[in-house]
Amino acid sequence: MRHAGYTRTAIALHWLMVVVLVGLFCLGIYMHELPLSPQKLRLYTWHKWAGVSAFLLVLARLAWLIAHRPPAWPGDMPHWQEALARALHLLLYLLMIAIPLSGWLMSSAKGFQTIYFGILPLPDVVHKNRELGELLQTLHSTLNLCLAALVVVHVAAVLKHQLLDRDQVFRRMLPSRAGKR
Amino acid sequence: MPACFRLFPVLLAAFGSSALFAAEFNQVLVDKSSLSFVSRQMGVPVEGRFRTFSAALSFDPARPAAAQARLTLDLASVDAGSREADDELIGKAWFNVKAFPTASFVSSAIRPLAGERFELIGKLTIKGRTQELSAPFTFRQERGHGIFEGTFPLRRLDFLIGEGAWSEVSVVANEVQIKFRFVAAPAASSK
Repeated sequence: MRHAGYTRTAIALHWLMVVVLVGLFCLGIYMHELPLSPQKLRLYTWHKWAGVSAFLLVLARLAWLIAHRPPAWPGDMPHWQEALARALHLLLYLLMIAIPLSGWLMSSAKGFQTIYFGILPLPDVVHKNRELGELLQTLHSTLNLCLAALVVVHVAAVLKHQLLDRDQVFRRMLPSRAGKR
Repeated sequence: MPACFRLFPVLLAAFGSSALFAAEFNQVLVDKSSLSFVSRQMGVPVEGRFRTFSAALSFDPARPAAAQARLTLDLASVDAGSREADDELIGKAWFNVKAFPTASFVSSAIRPLAGERFELIGKLTIKGRTQELSAPFTFRQERGHGIFEGTFPLRRLDFLIGEGAWSEVSVVANEVQIKFRFVAAPAASSK
């Protein structure tokens, strides 16, 4: 039987990713404007490590999502809204996967291998190539702007449910209403 | 023309690789030669190279003691992988090319080690600082050309390469691997 909220694990993963992704986004915007300095190289390295971590987190989230069905939508929610919500969630997941991948490939194309926490070298699947590096940089920032726009829609939808519909949609993602596990 | 004359260059090429025709190599083919380096940034190896350098050497594998080598390197020709990095490297904290446009190496001795391996000893000057350098290299002959290849570690701070905030070695490591490959043709007179 479905309970009213997401599982504790799903809720923890969701809010952990909020923190990680907002941090990564702000760091990315801040660091790329900096003049070259040791601090810039350090920030880029931390950004890459955190990006790999975010990728692993989203994989964990997807695995959890497949094993634990999310709670049902409110019974009075129109079908088109449900379809829209599903599409939005799918897009959010796709971007959360595509963004770290584009960052990793960009780094390789620019000639900087990613070595996770300075220990685990990720393979360079593309060779160093200036044009490709610039293309992937544009892709990485465009995908990020798309994600930011969709997050705004996501939050707006939550506000709509909370303030206009006054339903239980947002409560499902709050720890206090969590089901077990 | 008799066939034997036409065969002569072929024979020369065939014997050129043996000690029989051991010759002095003294014409560096710059476009076949390369000078590159690998630095470590936050533990990540990053490759770079120098586009412009000139080298003079004379080397007879049978008489390494008489060999000499000289290198002049145009520091502004550095290619560190990105425009941003190149601009930074020619600046004051790194090579300071306005004050020190070139780096140079002058050999003082070349010693045979074993087989094709030799040791190059000399003085390396970068950014107005001179240090004794010793680097192992290999020498082999291929299609009548002499090929000199070697790798040695250079501590960048010995030459004040990367001053100020950059002198912190936790971001850019002190040790930089220098890789060289010089291809030289034999002296015209020995052909």
